Amino acid sequence: MTTELKIPEYKLAEEESGKWGMVVDTDLCTGCQACVAACAMENNIPYVGEEDAAYGRSMHWIRTERFWEGEYPEVRMTDYQPMLCQQCGHAPCEPVCPAFATVHSQSEKLNLQVYNRCVGTRYCANNCPYQVRSFNWRDYQDPRLRPEITILANQFNPDVTVRRRGVMEKCTFCIQRIHKAQDLAKSEGREVEDGEFTTACAQACPANAITFGRIDHPETLVSQLAHSSRGVHHLEELGTLPRVTYLKGG
Amino acid sequence: MADNQNRNGVAHDNGSHEEHFREKHLMLDPMPRGKMNEMVMDAMHTTSWKFWLVFGMLAALVAYALFYKWGVMILEGLGVAGVNRPAYWGIFLVNTVFWIGISHAGTFISAILRVFKAEYRRPFTRAAELMTTFGLIQAGFSIFMHMGRVWLSYWLMPIPNQRELWPNFHSPLSWDLLAITTYLLGSTMYLFLPLIPDLAMARDRSDGWRKTFYKVLALGFRGTEGEWVHLRNAMNIFAFAIIPVMFSVHTIVSWDFAMATRPGWSSTVFGPYFVIGALHSGMGAVVMVLAVVRGTMKNMKYFIRPEHFEAIGKLMLIISMSWGYFFFNDYLVQWYGGDKWTKQLLHWHEAGPMGWMWFAMLLFNVVIPWGVLWNRKWRSMPWLLFTVGLLINVGMWFERYIIIPISLTINRMPFTWRLYEPGIEVWLGIGTLAFFILLYMAASKLIPLIPVWEVQEGQMAHSLKKFGRETVVTVSELE
Repeated sequence: MTTELKIPEYKLAEEESGKWGMVVDTDLCTGCQACVAACAMENNIPYVGEEDAAYGRSMHWIRTERFWEGEYPEVRMTDYQPMLCQQCGHAPCEPVCPAFATVHSQSEKLNLQVYNRCVGTRYCANNCPYQVRSFNWRDYQDPRLRPEITILANQFNPDVTVRRRGVMEKCTFCIQRIHKAQDLAKSEGREVEDGEFTTACAQACPANAITFGRIDHPETLVSQLAHSSRGVHHLEELGTLPRVTYLKGG
Repeated sequence: MADNQNRNGVAHDNGSHEEHFREKHLMLDPMPRGKMNEMVMDAMHTTSWKFWLVFGMLAALVAYALFYKWGVMILEGLGVAGVNRPAYWGIFLVNTVFWIGISHAGTFISAILRVFKAEYRRPFTRAAELMTTFGLIQAGFSIFMHMGRVWLSYWLMPIPNQRELWPNFHSPLSWDLLAITTYLLGSTMYLFLPLIPDLAMARDRSDGWRKTFYKVLALGFRGTEGEWVHLRNAMNIFAFAIIPVMFSVHTIVSWDFAMATRPGWSSTVFGPYFVIGALHSGMGAVVMVLAVVRGTMKNMKYFIRPEHFEAIGKLMLIISMSWGYFFFNDYLVQWYGGDKWTKQLLHWHEAGPMGWMWFAMLLFNVVIPWGVLWNRKWRSMPWLLFTVGLLINVGMWFERYIIIPISLTINRMPFTWRLYEPGIEVWLGIGTLAFFILLYMAASKLIPLIPVWEVQEGQMAHSLKKFGRETVVTVSELE
């Protein structure tokens, strides 16, 4: 006599595949910072001023890191390394937030930051191994406090919230664009096609070093690139399951 | 030493021998209850112009450094502080851990020593417990200051709401909040219970607004047998219950760091290491408070004697040695782990621009206490112990500074490495220190700082007996 035990299927975070992914080809990147500028305009990211930026308070959601190799005088520059939120499948920033302001989206498989739930403990930023979270140290976006941004305030993206002081923020994979594309596809009764839309940074990149799309569909460009032999994940050894793949050493 | 001479068979006049015991030990130098009550009341009522001068200066400092500067920071945002990427946590968290550490010694002295029936604790349990409550208040200030949007801090509490939004119980910060709240409530009740008989004493000996004040607080305590039985039961329960709470609080504080995936933080020994560190700074603070109380308040030289400094000095030496062990353990295991970021971090601690702080920490926490406290004569000197306690506190503050902003400088993204430079939080830290002293000074004039009933109980239990030529101290169980 055997009884069939019905054990519900349980998936570890490690086994779940992501939905949206990105590939950054560092061999193509020229370090021109167009992605940084495009991201700031798309997502209403404040410019923090010279002094704060020099003190490590710049708020870019994507930054172009530069490194050098070797000892002087044998110094060689390495590839530029655009660094943005890796949208980890198993993100260290999520469990540490006491207010549930850093949560994982079940439907889009992205890390979300709920601005109006954030109380500013900054624990998530401490626990982020990629150091890609930005904190609003001041009311950078208030034209009453900073007259010099009055003109800039006119070009805010209406699809994105303007954040106030004391709130953490980070790259969202341009979730407003994702939603726009999905809404459009839904109204036309179809699926979102590969390459139909892309993130601001990928759109702006003149070298086409950034590719964005569905990584759970094997036929998309991004998932084919992500599986290339040049692909590496940053700090993979921490078990964060990053959704951004870097291509190196071509 | 007279007792040594006696043991060596040197003839000694018994009368002067007993005199010597009396002089040395409070428990063997009994005084009538009425006299002691009078002395404590007198100490509470006597305030010199110097007291009011210091009090006024501190009040002004609290108003400016704590409340005004905090207001500025709330309005401007955390940009006025020195926190940046990667040092997202700065002196705010250093002070939080520091004040929780200070608050530990109060409970340690009164609960653990009460449970183990260490007799020398009797005169200064109250002075130590006050430190717990007032220290925790400063820790609360420090942690709320550090929040980006402090006006929404009630979201961290599990308050039922329409949207069913709860705090995240996975977050060490949530554990922290619950642990500190539990500890604050528990230690305040534990402070209050042994205070009831003394409040009743004060009520019977004062008039005017003070009478009303003590009348309300004493809850109608009259000192009947039944009341004492209940009070003793309650105190016993609290003394046992508060000890695990005390250990858990600082362990949980350490988990704020140890649970994070950061080089230098994710260390399994952080729990006991932080508890010992807390006791280390806390004992140093107790000794400082006792030296000040003894030096500045009336009649306190009778209650707080060199024997007490000697006993606490012994404890401080043991705690300093344990701290040294845990520091070494933490360092060794991290170094042996061989992680390249941790290696960078350890090198940064010693050889970075703040390396002087690392060496000063070891000097103040280990070298100086070990060098001074081994000697019985030295550790009986209040001013010397005050100095050692001060240095230990500076050293322990340095230790937290090294663990928090200096360690935060080194992460796994070398592009973001940036040293932390304190801003407005220096003022805020000074403000919490001034507020602590201010509260303590106010309390010393409002509540009896010496638990008279506890001292008297000890004096009744102790007696000198003679066996042949030897004078022996006996302690009887009263309860």
